[in-house]
Parts: sequence; C-alpha cells; structure tokens
Amino acid sequence: MDSTVTTASEENVWSGGNRPLNASYGKLMMWFFLVSDALTFSGFLASYGFSRFKFIETWPIADEVFTHVPFFHGNFPMYYVAFMTFILIMSSVTMVLAVDAGHRMKKNSVIWYMFLTIIGGAIFVGSQAWEWATFIKGDFGALETKGGRILQFVKADTGERTALADFAKVIPDSRLEHERKNGVWYYDEGYMTSYNVNEVIEGFKANSNILVRTETINAEGEKVVLDRQQSLTKLRDATQVVEGANLIHNEYGSRLFADFFFFITGFHGFHVFSGVVINIIIFFNVILGTYERRGHYEMVEKVGLYWHFVDLVWVFVFTFFYLV
Amino acid sequence: MAHEHKLEIFRGLLKFKSNTQKIWGVLVFLTIVTAIEVGLGITKPVVLTGNYFLGMKLLNWIFIILTLVKAYYIAWDFMHLRDEKNALRRAIVWTPIFLVAYLIFILLFEADYIYNVFKDGYVKWNF
Repeated sequence: MDSTVTTASEENVWSGGNRPLNASYGKLMMWFFLVSDALTFSGFLASYGFSRFKFIETWPIADEVFTHVPFFHGNFPMYYVAFMTFILIMSSVTMVLAVDAGHRMKKNSVIWYMFLTIIGGAIFVGSQAWEWATFIKGDFGALETKGGRILQFVKADTGERTALADFAKVIPDSRLEHERKNGVWYYDEGYMTSYNVNEVIEGFKANSNILVRTETINAEGEKVVLDRQQSLTKLRDATQVVEGANLIHNEYGSRLFADFFFFITGFHGFHVFSGVVINIIIFFNVILGTYERRGHYEMVEKVGLYWHFVDLVWVFVFTFFYLV
Repeated sequence: MAHEHKLEIFRGLLKFKSNTQKIWGVLVFLTIVTAIEVGLGITKPVVLTGNYFLGMKLLNWIFIILTLVKAYYIAWDFMHLRDEKNALRRAIVWTPIFLVAYLIFILLFEADYIYNVFKDGYVKWNF
C-alpha cells in the first residue's frame, strides 16, 4: 500500500516524492517503453500498408496462403491463426488474474496464474514457429518470371491449385556438378528446386488440364486464371522455379508479402519470446517470495503490462496480415 | 497504487461484482468479437465484399473497427487504463493515435499515387 498521502497545504512540488499521475516510476517507464514500441510496430504495419496499396491489384490473398492446421490435411483458411489469437488472449487473461491475485497478496494464486501464462506464451511461440516452417516449405510451387512475378498453376476443370509435382515431366539430363576437387574456387551449389523450368513447361504442354494463374486480382477479388493459349505465351517469360518462400523469392506472390511476414510476425514473435523469458524470471521470483517480502506485487503488474501489450499488437497483426 | 477497480463496462450497461468477474466478462466479449471476425473472414458475405466505403471494402472496415474495439478493452481492462488518472491515460492513448493516424494518412496516399504511376504505364513492372 502507498503511504504518500499529502494534503494540499503541505505538498512540496519541487522536492520530489509526489506522484501527480498516481503511478510509480517503474510503471510509468514501462508505459513509456510500450508507447515507443507501439510506434515501432505501427511503423512496420503502416509500411506493410504502403506496399500493399502500391501493389493493390496483385497482392497475395492471405486466406489462400495460410491454409494449414497441424496434423490435418486439407484447406482450413485462418482456423489455426484464430486458435493462436485465442491462446494469446487466454494467456492475457491468466496474466491479469495473476495481477489481481497479487493485489490481494495471494502468493499461490499468482504462481498458478503465472505458470498458465507462461504455458500459453510457449504454445503461441511454438505455433508461430510451425507457421513459419510451413510458409518457408511452401505448398504447390510456382514459376517466377523475368520481372519477378509469380505464375501459379490450377486445374482447368475444378479450378483447384495444383502442385508442380502433379504435372511436371521428369526429363533425364546429365548435369555436371562442380566439386571441390575440380576448381581453385569452390562454392556449394546451395538449394536446388525439385524441377527445373523446362520440366515444368514440358509437363504443362503435355497436360491440357492445367492453366496458369497470375497474381492479378479481378473485380470479384479472385486471382485471374489465363486460358490455355495465354498461359503458354506467359510461360515463355518464366525464368525459374520457386518452391516455398524466403526473403528473395516467394511462391505465394509478391516477394514483399513474404518479407513483411517474416519481419512483422518475427518481430512480434521475438516480443512474445522475451515476454515468456521475463515471465519465467518473475515466476521464480514469486516462488522465492521476493514480492511477499517486498510487500507488494507491482513487478507482476509491470510484466503484465508488457504481456498485454504483446497481445494487443497481435490483435492488430492478426487483422492486417490475415483478415483484411 | 490503484487497488480499487472500476467495474463497469459498456458505459455502465454491465456492472460486475468483482475484478475477477470483470476479467472473465471481458474475455467472453473478446472471444465473441474474434469469433465474429473469423466467421466473416471465412464466409465473406457478398454484401460486405461488394460494397465500398472510402475506397475500402465494407468487410475490411468491419475488421478494422472490431480490432479497435478489442484493442480498447485490452488496454482499458487488462492493462487497467480504466483505473488510471485521466492525464496518464490521455498521454498514453492520444500520443500514438495522433502519430499513427498521420503516418497512415501520408503513406497510404503516397502508395496510391505510386500505384497509379505503375498503372498508367510509365513503369513496366509486370513482365
């Protein structure tokens, strides 16, 4: 409890000790940090908006990118992200319950709620790692053109996406691999795609049920699918096969989409990770009775503010990356 | 430290008996809002995707508004802004809102301009 009650007549404004905002130094500094961190995240999200408005007609549709749920096969747009959102909100609730228990000096409840919060945070970080892995690994594969645009493939009869592996022709050729013993200068050749451009194009020619889907979005909000003739013309522009996504190539569409995905969810995931670490430290402090001896649980309240902030940011990331 | 909590939400429409109860109440509310968002995101009603307001689909406006609603309840009830002094609350809330509104305004206008430059064929980028 605070005991700095001052009456108006005795209050000395300039010698310190009074709290015009009725909040402690530590709490104010946490708010100070959170406001500046909120501005950082806003900068990221606003620049995402900038790139998206710049390429508004060709931006990837998030529902078609994030369609996986662990242990299940099929097309489940957004279900898993919604689950992650719920986990994070839930862990926010256990955190605020821990703060509430701290106010009432109930040590055991604080321990229990902090523990649940940490578990929730860990599930969230794990889910995000899984989401990244799925995104990097890729889904169907695509071709990239000279201009860096992406050509995807659909089945003509059903309109469903089709993977390169379903139609690409395997053309046996002898490829001479450069080895360390053959040169003064030696580089590892790095990652090779499963098929080369020629194999995909030959496979396309052999299978009349495949069409090219471009990045362009039509008036109905769907990606434009070319007819057979246009597809063949378009395929002449293709320069390489893209499987999955990284900072340079992205089979889902615009490269910037992948860049922002890694940057924004990565920065947020880093916040969640540090939040979990800080929560663990505070958790052990609570067990050791540090705050019991100190007489108040304000430290739990301060990490709670940080934890809620992480949840708050996710609410915005969820909207602007997955929903809108 | 502010030990006493304001226990009313929705401008006093809903009053809780204890802080714990209020927390669960807010959780229920946030869950409902998220469920609505996900439901709309999956079904995508044509009424909402076909109509525009200020150049943006109505569906996206709904998403953004619901997000701000969620953000309000997280900040007000979980971060206890409801119980803070007005001066502190205003300093925390209006500073970012002002700066972010300005940033969004200026960046989105610029992006739309670049979109038009690309579209009108001064720059070839889709090849």
